[in-house]
Amino acid sequence: MKERLSREVIALRTAKEFFDGAVVNLGGGIPIMAANFVPEGRTVIFHTENGALGFGPIPSSESEAQPHWMGANGLPFLPLPGMCFFHHADSFGMIRGGHIDITVLGALQVSEKGDLANWTFPERGVGNIGGAMDLSFCCKRVIVAMEHTTPKGELKILNECTYPITAPRRVSLIVTDIAVIAVSEAGLVLEEVAPGWTVKEVQDLTGPKLIVSKDVKEMEL
Amino acid sequence: MALKKIYPTPDEAVASIPDGATIMIGGFGHAIDRPQTLLKALASRKVKNLTLISNSAGVAGKLGIGSLGGKPFIDEEVLIENGQVKKVICSVPASLVMSKPNAFERLHKEGRIELEYVPQGTLAERIRAGGAGIGGFYTPTGVGTLIEKGKEKRTIDGKEMLFEFALRADYALIRAYKADTMGNLIYRGIMRSFNAIMSQAVKVAIAEVEEIVEAGQLDPEMIVTPGIFIDRIVKIPKEEG
Repeated sequence: MKERLSREVIALRTAKEFFDGAVVNLGGGIPIMAANFVPEGRTVIFHTENGALGFGPIPSSESEAQPHWMGANGLPFLPLPGMCFFHHADSFGMIRGGHIDITVLGALQVSEKGDLANWTFPERGVGNIGGAMDLSFCCKRVIVAMEHTTPKGELKILNECTYPITAPRRVSLIVTDIAVIAVSEAGLVLEEVAPGWTVKEVQDLTGPKLIVSKDVKEMEL
Repeated sequence: MALKKIYPTPDEAVASIPDGATIMIGGFGHAIDRPQTLLKALASRKVKNLTLISNSAGVAGKLGIGSLGGKPFIDEEVLIENGQVKKVICSVPASLVMSKPNAFERLHKEGRIELEYVPQGTLAERIRAGGAGIGGFYTPTGVGTLIEKGKEKRTIDGKEMLFEFALRADYALIRAYKADTMGNLIYRGIMRSFNAIMSQAVKVAIAEVEEIVEAGQLDPEMIVTPGIFIDRIVKIPKEEG
């Protein structure tokens, strides 16, 4: 089995998309790890659905944590100067109102057109929509950070999602453990491959036919 | 609006809640934002056929996700596993750990509890609208997904949107940091969440707080929930703080 990038490295590559001054909301799992990899010299304002903006990293020791400083992922965060709090209607007003620049979400499946499926699958019975629909419908840019295939090796990037979708045609970039793929009107554009991976090897693990960017390069990490 | 708002015990604060009531349960999903004292008091009563409106259907408390040190805490699962609930309107019904299903999932599989899925932002806005006397609103969230089923669609500014009705309820159980005797509330950090909006969308809002002070002792500039929205206040017993 060929070596793939770790979850941390997927998060690190994803964080390179955060521009200076960006307002960013991170989903659970790999996305939240991106908070630890904001590129040097850039200030990112993090938003959490449960009503906080402009908070800092996860504390390294329990003694620094406060029960009223916790994110939607259930983890504590440290305060930063300028941090603020608000209720749920304002929090999702920020999301629907287009005030969040980037959301990074995990995915069960992503389609060629940028459809996202990440809240349930048939064997699960009930699933959890949570804030994912509002985030994926309304944030200015939707980035998916995930492993390229399931642990069983099933494809996750497909011509059409087979699971119930969270939002149609909203994903603009897919960062995985083997590639970076942009969603365009013409189809999925392969922009970067992980070190040691070839274009053909990425294509073999991807449902739709990839358009290979003329500038395709190795992921810079 | 009653002027005598302070209730001596949590049991007395929830004593009037009847069978079949619709109740909003405040907070998001952390130990600090859930009305644990009031939930415990309601669970000790025999009221049945409740409809809950909440962000979740009791998905985190038993697992201790959202409390410091992973300590378990009380959420609406205490009512659901008691068989007191007939329906939940929420955005997060299923356990946060798939291998450990919650009481809601078990009952739902057996067809013994109903579910209305609402995306979280739509849920918050339906509650806000209910509290503000608005009948409903159009939102882009959910167009082209399972959520659009049965809903009126309209194109506004070139964007397809769904009509969502406002939500109101008989009671709200909420948690805040401090109250004064007028019912004014302040919060700490993430405690506002659904607590601050649910208090406005019900006939009777019941708040549990860490401390109750005399009117005049909270800075008016800092008050988040104006006192006219709050009907009953109870202090959280020390051992449950």
